[in-house]
Amino acid sequence: MTAYHHLDVTDVGNVTVVRFRDHKIVEDVNIQELGQEMFRLIEADGRDRLLLDFALVDFLSSAALGKLITLDRKMKAHGGKLKLSNIRPEIYEVFAITKLNRLFDIRKDEADALAAF
Amino acid sequence: MPAADNSWTWQCDQVIPSNTAVGRRLLDDVLRQLETLHWTRRDIFGVHLAVDEALVNAILHGNAADESKHVRFSCRISPQKIHVEITDEGPGFDPDSLPDPTTPCHLTRPGGRGVLLMRAFMGHVEFRDRGNQVVLEKERRT
Repeated sequence: MTAYHHLDVTDVGNVTVVRFRDHKIVEDVNIQELGQEMFRLIEADGRDRLLLDFALVDFLSSAALGKLITLDRKMKAHGGKLKLSNIRPEIYEVFAITKLNRLFDIRKDEADALAAF
Repeated sequence: MPAADNSWTWQCDQVIPSNTAVGRRLLDDVLRQLETLHWTRRDIFGVHLAVDEALVNAILHGNAADESKHVRFSCRISPQKIHVEITDEGPGFDPDSLPDPTTPCHLTRPGGRGVLLMRAFMGHVEFRDRGNQVVLEKERRT
């Protein structure tokens, strides 16, 4: 069984739901580790439908956004789909200001996101 | 720093090594002060993000993560306003030369959003000297 330090990973049908454990995604080391765990899901485990659930996240830095962009690129390169959900308003504002809400498919909640795959 | 003003209820002037963990502990002190003064969650989030980006820029870009170089951090807080000055020892830069990270050709770059976010969440952002000092100010929303 693969151990994840920063993620809770569950399968809902053919979608892998990834819930972040960290409330603040800001420390460089944590972002690197989190990125490696997410990349493993795609590259090693071959997951092609990934839902990132931000329910527990109340802060993230622009470095975390960069990691998400890289994840999205990897997902697309593998022909997979990535969606985000449960993003609180302050963090959604960051996606909107940076226009990353145009890059990512952001859904209100998990049910909405799962239905969209 | 701003002129002496009896409305400042908290101030902090520290020189720290180029270490993001040290910078973030200072930032935690700042955020606690805003919570004590009952600033809104949204305003505190904005200050948190902007000051964190400015600190990281000073430490990782300005001082190239060289822990022998220092960052000067000054902060004044009143019930209505926050004023922060962050100064690194680096060569500086021209903020007007930064590409717009929201344009299609830059949108998928992993970095380059810090200054944009500072400007979005703070009421006033100013780069001084050779670009190695940033001043961030915000008035509390009523």
